[in-house]
Amino acid sequence: MPDVYADRPARGETILTLSGISKSFGAVSALADIELELRAGEVVALVGDNGAGKSTLVKILAGVQAPSSGTMTFQGKPVHLAGPSAALKLGIATVFQDLALCENLDVVANIFLGQERSPYFLDETAMEVRAWTLLNELAARIPDVRDVVASLSGGQRQTVAIARSLLLDPKVIMLDEPTAALGVAQTAEVLNLIERVRDRGLAVLMISHNMEDVRAVADRIVVLRLGRNNGVFTPDASNQELVGAITGAVDNAVSRRAEKRRPESEPEARA
Amino acid sequence: MSESTKPAALLDRSDTRVTHAAGVGGSIKAFADKVRSGDLGSLPVVVGLIIIWGVFTALNPLFVSANNLVNLLFDASTIGIISLGIVCVLMLGEIDLSVGSMSGVGSALVGVLWVNQGVPVVVAILAAVLLGAITGLIYALLRTQLGMPSFVSTLAGLLTLLGLQLYMLGNTGSINLPYGSFMVSFGQLLIIPAWLSYVLAVVPGVVVLVMGQRTRLRRRAAHLTPGSMSALVLKAVVLIVGLVAIVYYLNLGRGVPWMFGLFIALVVVMNYAFTRTKWGRSMTAVGGNAEAARRAGINVKSIYTSAFILCSMFAAFGGVLSSARLASASQQAGTGDVNLNAIAAAVIGGTSLFGGRGSAWSALLGIIVIQSIASGLTLLNLSSSLRYMITGAVLAIAVIVDSLARRSRVSHGRA
Repeated sequence: MPDVYADRPARGETILTLSGISKSFGAVSALADIELELRAGEVVALVGDNGAGKSTLVKILAGVQAPSSGTMTFQGKPVHLAGPSAALKLGIATVFQDLALCENLDVVANIFLGQERSPYFLDETAMEVRAWTLLNELAARIPDVRDVVASLSGGQRQTVAIARSLLLDPKVIMLDEPTAALGVAQTAEVLNLIERVRDRGLAVLMISHNMEDVRAVADRIVVLRLGRNNGVFTPDASNQELVGAITGAVDNAVSRRAEKRRPESEPEARA
Repeated sequence: MSESTKPAALLDRSDTRVTHAAGVGGSIKAFADKVRSGDLGSLPVVVGLIIIWGVFTALNPLFVSANNLVNLLFDASTIGIISLGIVCVLMLGEIDLSVGSMSGVGSALVGVLWVNQGVPVVVAILAAVLLGAITGLIYALLRTQLGMPSFVSTLAGLLTLLGLQLYMLGNTGSINLPYGSFMVSFGQLLIIPAWLSYVLAVVPGVVVLVMGQRTRLRRRAAHLTPGSMSALVLKAVVLIVGLVAIVYYLNLGRGVPWMFGLFIALVVVMNYAFTRTKWGRSMTAVGGNAEAARRAGINVKSIYTSAFILCSMFAAFGGVLSSARLASASQQAGTGDVNLNAIAAAVIGGTSLFGGRGSAWSALLGIIVIQSIASGLTLLNLSSSLRYMITGAVLAIAVIVDSLARRSRVSHGRA
């Protein structure tokens, strides 16, 4: 097999830098002066409360929305994303929260949807080989790529969605709430998958509400609050610190609950 | 892969949890499993057809006489072509209720331009098809730009087009097309020469064999399971024997109509477009999940546009052929049951009303069911009132089967 990853950037090399990114919808400022750096072979978790601007940031990175101001640098060159296809072309792939799969098509058709080669004579054999290669690289457990997606479990669907995002050999992959709808075992599988993607040298941006998952895979945790950067943490930061950064207060509903449940022990002892 | 019997692990056989069909027996078993889980395909319509033919033959043996079947094929071709357009819009979960009126307008336009104005017949036919394309474009714009449900826009179109048809035909109400012209002969008389019909009957089997073997070799080279050779040969042999038998029987009567040959050719082209092109894949994707298709970079609006345009074009062309069949363009053309028959044929043939599932072949199978009922009831001297009721009941049964199969597919995890 030819080495298709020969031009992969070295691990740790900065791939994508956002500086001063702002986005306002009319009078509402959804994002203000966002700084973000994604490096090859690194998982960055983006956390924040509802309305913190996570989804807006993902949409900007996916080319769905244009930022009001600020600069985006991709591998050292300033870029402007005109649309979703521009982002894809550049090498920024997105796995949406609802996965955006067509249940009535089989796995191969879903992976290649919109990217079919030879449009007047679909090469099913070549597409199937590529689909198996992608899935095997992820050590995915899909019984048959000729099964329709409707027959797959939630974790398997997530796998298909991730495999699809890898089709165009991206440099950055964004996952919006990849574990939100999954059970314990399937969550673990998807987290393994994220690590494998990272080990292939991709920069991974993961959005999650689940602190446990974030800690499990993230190298850095970027907190957004009310559309602004509110700190960068390492996975060994305490829950108290993270929740404080997310909610913007040391005294918040989450910590009060924790206090109530463990009135005797120190709140941070087990975090 | 220590438990694998093959020396080299195949790409698609590395997961040992999955059982795979092997050989002819395996293919049959896989088919039975598919049917049991509600993936019926065209099985209900084939079973239904056998029952219908059995009943009518028992009531009047003339039903299966070769010449009656040849007539049946002549009649089936015109509405079948309209139904082919319906398959396009149903694939997207849309509907076109105006195909009957569109076909009437198509026939009226050809009558006016060709007979009254003296325009060459080919130009007149092209004008009719072009008018269909424009109508389809209007439906598509209403759907994609204004979000108007196709159910409403085509219902409005039905009335508008009917008015246009009456206006074009004027006071006389009908225009007779000249007997002896190529167009009328094509609609009523022209038969594929016997030798050519046999050649054409053998071609599909040979194509299946050659293409199937080519795919097998490619898959083997790519380390995929090549599929069973015996099943492929069996399929090709059954296809050749079956088609040659049908053609032989029809040749005992008048033979295979050219018009039916044209219909089959259009079905084959559309089937290729649906299954082997990016456009067809996009159609299925949009019908299944339009938002997912949009995010995958598919231009959903252009897919809608192509479907509505094709549907109205097929409707107009089918109308032209039915005027050739009747040798006249009249106010009655395209009214009555034409609309319903065209839509019913697609649904009876197995194209889902819910979008995302369908096949060009469903137009062929469905229209043969409907024409069989019409022809059988005519032979029994039953009035059209009964014919309408029975066709309506068959349509209801087809939709019920579609809905039940869909529910079963959902519970069995198939789409």
